[in-house]
Amino acid sequence: MPADLVPQVLAGNRRALARLLSHVERGEAEAALKALYPHTGRAWVIGVTGSPGSGKSSLVNALTQHYRANGETVAIVAVDPTSPFSGGAILGDRIRMRDLSGDAGVFIRSMATRGSLGGLARTTRDMVRVIDAAGFDRILIETVGAGQSEVEVARVAYTTLVVEAPGMGDDIQAIKAGILEIADVLVVNKADRIGANQTARALKTMLELGHPAARVYHHGQYMTVEAAPAPVAEWIPEVVMTVATERKGIAELAAAIEAHRQHRLRDAGPFDPQALRAELFERAREALFQQWLQTLSPDTIETLIQRMHQRELDPQTAVQQLLAPPSAQEHGHARP
Amino acid sequence: MTTRVARVLIAKPGLDGHDRGAKVIARALRDAGMEVIYTGLRQTPEMIAEAALQEDVDVVGLSILSGAHMTLVPRVREALNAVELNDVPIILGGIIPEEDYEPLKALGVAGIFGPGTSTEHIRDFINNLVSSNAR
Ligand SMILES: Nc1nc2c(ncn2[C@@H]2O[C@H](COP(=O)(O)OP(=O)(O)OP(=O)(O)O)[C@@H](O)[C@H]2O)c(=O)[nH]1
Ligand SMILES: [Mg+2]
Repeated sequence: MPADLVPQVLAGNRRALARLLSHVERGEAEAALKALYPHTGRAWVIGVTGSPGSGKSSLVNALTQHYRANGETVAIVAVDPTSPFSGGAILGDRIRMRDLSGDAGVFIRSMATRGSLGGLARTTRDMVRVIDAAGFDRILIETVGAGQSEVEVARVAYTTLVVEAPGMGDDIQAIKAGILEIADVLVVNKADRIGANQTARALKTMLELGHPAARVYHHGQYMTVEAAPAPVAEWIPEVVMTVATERKGIAELAAAIEAHRQHRLRDAGPFDPQALRAELFERAREALFQQWLQTLSPDTIETLIQRMHQRELDPQTAVQQLLAPPSAQEHGHARP
Repeated sequence: MTTRVARVLIAKPGLDGHDRGAKVIARALRDAGMEVIYTGLRQTPEMIAEAALQEDVDVVGLSILSGAHMTLVPRVREALNAVELNDVPIILGGIIPEEDYEPLKALGVAGIFGPGTSTEHIRDFINNLVSSNAR
């Protein structure tokens, strides 16, 4: 039983933690998550995203060593995509984290995106809460920055790093396409390579272009508005240059993360009421949908799909028919 | 009930620097719907045990080409047992002489796959292991 693992997780048993994380991934840990929730809220959660091969794992490795030198414990969740064809995955981020092996203050867990029920963000958030309750000071989440799922995972983090490397021209486009909005700190890694200054300048320019309008945290998502009713001065993402493999620029990166942390603590803090509202609604939406689905007969659904297929019924009208209470269906529009 | 996704650690203990075979297996297992944690070259038994524990894997797959399997396998088994992963089976791939099969099985190796083994066979073997060892 997953719930039986709770006392061991709280006592710092790593095997129990690993087991419980598997249950969470399978969506079979409701009671355990409930029991652990009061113990969460201590860890600072840092998202690390960016183009494939930009050096995210190497950076996580270096940053973890930095935090360990300060006596802080670190857990890492490294997310890689599930193959849409087979449902399998190769999880290879540990290769770049071998410096961390043998350290009892570090815990590394690889995770595939799967087609998880309720979404990747929810599973990741639940995994992070379990790790938080287990007492780690820092939690780093690595994801490849390409699709919507990365943006969702970034919403789980309190501070999000977007990692770029020089000579990845096309990826600057990807950054333009939206990932810049999730960055609290922009990292130009592989600064030992030519073109690093140019990449940093391009990013700074883009930041300036993107920032006359302010971002506000709205229903758990960053949205751009023309004039923000900001109670605290707006955070402008810093650009930091690093050479992860030589551990250069890591102290500066940690300082930028700390500055953002201080900023966020002055503002809403990690348990931002807006984010909690978004989570509550998300979970309620999913629960309501599942509950409602149980009340429908498969025949009704099949009939509607048939009629949509025949072009007799448009999708929105089909939804309205599904949602109409049976009595309303019988009596048409008549009201008592 | 959803079927469980098998999680497999593929590791290369010892000093030989070829991981092509290990990568081929990793890809085949991914294509068979498994989650493969790949840790790279030159893993010590302790590193393997630590990764197996943190990743909560169902099986540890070792790829050994150096000929040192008779010394490496018992050490990995001990390292796994030392972190209470006695119930996690080891499977072995690489160049293993026929006469070592029996002694290795006596050391608790669940399966041995030589260079000619089909990936389908390895996949079925792991799936069987995982379903009979369901925790
Ligand atoms: N020259 C140079 N190479 C680096 C640096 N950081 C990482 N690398 C190399 O870049 C390659 C990719 O590094 P990773 O850390 O695996 O990058 P990643 O972003 O985690 O990759 P994925 O998880 O596959 O997307 C490796 O060969 C690293 O050794 C750096 O600062 N300078
Ligand atoms: Mg990586």
